[in-house]
Amino acid sequence: MLPLILFYSFATVLVAAGLGVILSRNPVHSALSLVLCFFTSAVLWLLIEAEFLAIVLALVYVGAVMVLFLFVIMMLDIDLEELRRGFTRYLWLGVLTAALVVAEVAGVVLTRKLGIDVTRGAAPLPEGYSNTRELGALLYGVYAYPLEIAAMLLLVAIVAAIALTLRHRQGLKVQNISRQVAVRASERVRLVKMDSEDRK
Amino acid sequence: MITLGHMLTLSAILFALSVAGIFLNRRNVLLLLMCIELLMLSANFNFVAFARYLGRLDGQIFVFFVLTVAAAESAIGLAIIVVLFRERRSIDVEQLDRLKG
Repeated sequence: MLPLILFYSFATVLVAAGLGVILSRNPVHSALSLVLCFFTSAVLWLLIEAEFLAIVLALVYVGAVMVLFLFVIMMLDIDLEELRRGFTRYLWLGVLTAALVVAEVAGVVLTRKLGIDVTRGAAPLPEGYSNTRELGALLYGVYAYPLEIAAMLLLVAIVAAIALTLRHRQGLKVQNISRQVAVRASERVRLVKMDSEDRK
Repeated sequence: MITLGHMLTLSAILFALSVAGIFLNRRNVLLLLMCIELLMLSANFNFVAFARYLGRLDGQIFVFFVLTVAAAESAIGLAIIVVLFRERRSIDVEQLDRLKG
């Protein structure tokens, strides 16, 4: 009974936070609602015993991706009123599509023609079962090659993001470190030989 | 007891919310990106739920890869938004019509 109560309370928070993401006037509030979404999702994943992914979601998403989002939102000086104009014009279309999606999925779930019983609970896990260890064995065994491709993808993403935003401004006064290091005394100090002059 | 139906319904609601959000906030690129993140989260919900209820962990591995791709996508997407804002001083989708024939 307790898991079900927890599920319903966190699901309510999740849906409310999702509404907050799409309806907030301020993008910062949207981003913070999305953070709440990710946290509640992590809790729900913990409830159905996907511990490793729950922690990854909280660390990677809330810790890195959403911070990046907030950073960009606060860095850009956006005219909010301009972007909000026409907000309600396609509201009916959005609501219609959302209702359609819910109806379709509910139809699939309720007709029970998936070949699996959706009203059944999960089989209890054996004693001493470690989600992380099992995932690790799969990830570095069967899925080792896809894992390397994923690592490559992240590298490409880093390079792409840096290459996109890098810019060389003209007329910027910067130090040329290598020239500074390579300089010799003969280039900087000129010794001049001259006769002494009488003071007048 | 939390059943598979519970998780699938929640994921469907979340998916519908994010699709509605894409329609509502179609002018703001930042919010579009956030809605796509929400959409992928709901898809991940399905993967995790099926992995748990069918007793196979492969679904969770897929969530891992989806998270990787989503992180790469948002990093590049935000970089594009920053460049876009530098060029146009605006992130309004409706003003991005330079390629219009």
